[in-house]
Amino acid sequence: MSVVFYLIAALSVAGALAAVLLKNTVHCALALTVAFAGVALMFLELDAQFAGFAQILIYIGAVAILVVFAILLTRGSETPKDGVYSGKPLVGLVVAAGVFAILGWAVLHSTAVLPHETTKPQVTVMDIGNALMGRYVLPLEIVALLLTAALIGAVIVAMHEKEGAR
Amino acid sequence: MNPLTGYLLVAALLFAIGLAGALTRRNAILVLIGIELMLNAANLNLIAFWRYGPHPEALTGMMFAIFSIAVAAAEAAVGLGLVIAIHRHTHTTDLDAMNRMKG
Repeated sequence: MSVVFYLIAALSVAGALAAVLLKNTVHCALALTVAFAGVALMFLELDAQFAGFAQILIYIGAVAILVVFAILLTRGSETPKDGVYSGKPLVGLVVAAGVFAILGWAVLHSTAVLPHETTKPQVTVMDIGNALMGRYVLPLEIVALLLTAALIGAVIVAMHEKEGAR
Repeated sequence: MNPLTGYLLVAALLFAIGLAGALTRRNAILVLIGIELMLNAANLNLIAFWRYGPHPEALTGMMFAIFSIAVAAAEAAVGLGLVIAIHRHTHTTDLDAMNRMKG
């Protein structure tokens, strides 16, 4: 466990906490970007360069911008009068703490059997491309279909309906 | 300490934070943000197991994470489109106020 890992972990956890806890929705979106960047740095730290840069491109570049657009379109940045939390926030907190306790317990009690290869994986982007076009070509096509369907679906759902058009 | 343990604990913490956000926040967009955090935590687990597991050259964990990122992008687009459509209809993004399926 290096110092770099602790710094990146602190950055992403702080960003995630801020994204969930802040009152102003725009600030939440910005903190979410910090959390995404922390996870991307962690991918790079794990020698997964392709996944790290894909994370930066897709999450920081697209999803965060989409979230900011949605916030501005719905005027969600105004803090509601009756608080930002739903009716019973304590129940949600207890469920989340319970999930974290179970996951942490499971991780800490399985340390002995977890794999710990020390050699760095020698994987280039060319290998990933070859795998995507060879062994994983069917999942790739399905994902392409899914993305097309999601794109069309999102446009249709968010399209402005004229009066009496349908 | 096994280096994988640290990554798994951070992923568990991120997942729990995202779950808490999705369960406690009132704004629908903030719930989507919580779901994105949970998906990121799952991706972190996949990549960490790929890095420290045997046979990283088979690329299974990496491929799983890449496809998961693509599906998460589709989910974000459709989810935010739904939020915008509901906001246009009811002029609110408050989930506690959305208690009817009828338009």
